[in-house]
Amino acid sequence: MGIFDRLANLDRRLIFLVIGLAVAVPIILKIKMPIRISSEVRSAYETIENLPEGSVVLASMDYDATSAPELTPMFRSFLRQCFRNKLKVVYTGHLAIGMPLAQFDLDAVTEECGAVYGVDYINLGYRPGFTAVMIGIGREIRDFFAVDYKGVPVDSFPMMKDIHNYSDIALIVDFAHGQTAEYWIQYVVSRFGVKMFACVTGVMAPTLYTYLQSGQITGIIGGLQGAAEYEVLVGQPESAAFGMPAQSIAHLFILAFIVFGNIGFFITRRKK
Amino acid sequence: MKRDIPLIITFLTGFLCVIAFFIPHPPFGDLQQRFLVWYAIVAGFTMILGLDSLVKYNVKKITQHKPGWQYSYVLLFGLALVLVTGFQSWFKYNTPFELRSSFMYSYIHIIVPLQATMFALLAFFISSSAYRAFRARTFEATLLLIAAAIVMLGRVPIGEMISDKIPLRSDWLLNVPQLAAKRGIQVGVYLGGVVMSLRIILGIERTYLT
Amino acid sequence: MNLLGTWIAAGLTIAILSFLYRDNPFYKFAEHLFVGVSAGYWVIYIWAFDVQPMLVDEFLRQVGIEKWLLVIPAVFGLMMMARWFPAAAWVSRWPISFTVGIAAGLALTAQVQGYIIPQIQATLLPVVSIGATTAETVGQSINNIVILVGVICALLYFYFSREHKGALKVGSKIGIVFLMIGFGASFGYTVMARISLLIGRLTFLLQVFGLR
Repeated sequence: MGIFDRLANLDRRLIFLVIGLAVAVPIILKIKMPIRISSEVRSAYETIENLPEGSVVLASMDYDATSAPELTPMFRSFLRQCFRNKLKVVYTGHLAIGMPLAQFDLDAVTEECGAVYGVDYINLGYRPGFTAVMIGIGREIRDFFAVDYKGVPVDSFPMMKDIHNYSDIALIVDFAHGQTAEYWIQYVVSRFGVKMFACVTGVMAPTLYTYLQSGQITGIIGGLQGAAEYEVLVGQPESAAFGMPAQSIAHLFILAFIVFGNIGFFITRRKK
Repeated sequence: MKRDIPLIITFLTGFLCVIAFFIPHPPFGDLQQRFLVWYAIVAGFTMILGLDSLVKYNVKKITQHKPGWQYSYVLLFGLALVLVTGFQSWFKYNTPFELRSSFMYSYIHIIVPLQATMFALLAFFISSSAYRAFRARTFEATLLLIAAAIVMLGRVPIGEMISDKIPLRSDWLLNVPQLAAKRGIQVGVYLGGVVMSLRIILGIERTYLT
Repeated sequence: MNLLGTWIAAGLTIAILSFLYRDNPFYKFAEHLFVGVSAGYWVIYIWAFDVQPMLVDEFLRQVGIEKWLLVIPAVFGLMMMARWFPAAAWVSRWPISFTVGIAAGLALTAQVQGYIIPQIQATLLPVVSIGATTAETVGQSINNIVILVGVICALLYFYFSREHKGALKVGSKIGIVFLMIGFGASFGYTVMARISLLIGRLTFLLQVFGLR
């Protein structure tokens, strides 16, 4: 087997090893790279900046551990921005298995920002039914969430006194790794006229550009790069910004493998 | 009873939701809200339907000593462990979601790493498949390859370090031709979705009854 | 306890990653454990977030007719369980019809109002769009034309009611160019997402081993 044949037929375990190292080495060496801010992330950031003090933001946690490295940094930055601007956060979710992840971040950030449960934020927990719950909140949130995630009646919390439906909510932010961001846009944004932006995984981000251009959402924070940009804008770079060098190097190696594969393929094809 | 009543239920509930969209006032709006709450309750039950077949399959695997039967013990142990810790935490703290509870302990140290790593494996497989499948054999394949390469470079900091034009090209690609392609696909999908919804409400589409 | 938990998590992470070499008993162990704990987790969650607050607590809280109306979704939920018994499986058709009807009714209006109308509206853009500068005018106009042509041609590619020849063939050929660019861009973003997950897991492992 010639060198070009080998190049076109590398052992997959060699690729695995190289990708593993391409990710691990920059993390160990703590390499840093500058983060460029894209317009879609900036406009998401500015949507929150432009909200008046005391506005209510509904955060929907629609992800689990499978996408936490991308969405956790977004959620933490979002909480910091909201509490810094003295906004109230109501949080719920449509993916049961991921709900506690968001609670860990809430606990960490609220302690850092001095936010008080029931006054500055509340966790309403999860309800099955996706779109039915989304539309039902449009009439009365208590029909679905009479109690918070620990079973305490929501009316016992001061911040919930004046929150009944979407007319009391200034903004929806969906943290999603699936189709829920699209559900929120189609079933709620269009029907009830609430503002929204989406924090989504890299897999979901391309689909949402159509909604951004049509003006149905005000911004997209997509993938680890979007999370890193948002961290920089909020002024507290953490896991996403620190992960971008590893991301960059891994992308370079994948592209190098694609180039090697093509060189090997074309030269061996010409020989035949 | 077996066929007509389900079709009538589908028609009435579907039609009510359409009416309540146009007339969101009593009685339609109220009735729809009640149905939505019921929907959420019933939807919960559907999510544990698979539990029965999962347990039955694995018990059968153990009793018949099918290949890999030992692992079925692991599965049933995991299921029992979470159920026991869940209800124990509930009784102890009045909620299973207390962070100090054994249920949350099993969540943090078992479910999270298993779920996250299962998907992290895909990083390796997507790299390997990109290497094998991304061959510029045709004009279309070359286009796909170039678009992927631009986005892969343009959406990470190193792209800008190579050339400040790369992120701009990537942004344009995502905001213009990519957007057009996605919209073209999805307009078709959602037109199909509307037709399918109508067929279901009118009882023409009945596959969900089989 | 936390140290033990961290090592359990690290051990399970390595067990799953061992699949990269080849399928092995450690991977199988972790895989089966994952399925089991996930199923158990759903049961607790559905009870804690659905049955208990929406059914049991509400039944105890409500009075009069409102209380007894809750029997209907409870019965529907139990009827759904009839699928576990083949002879009575048809009973589950009633609650299934109820959920299917609601979902179809909501989707019908949402897809028209939330996708089709706003997206078509956002496609029908002026092909000459005047900007602040000449470059902006040219750029914006080109973008609008590309979006309009791209959407129409992508739709034409999926139009199978007539043979693709003549103008339809040209349109669908242009359509496939857009589709390939779209799929390529999605693939690029997907690679990014998968690598991000690996970064998350490797960061955890490197922290456990004191390398980060």
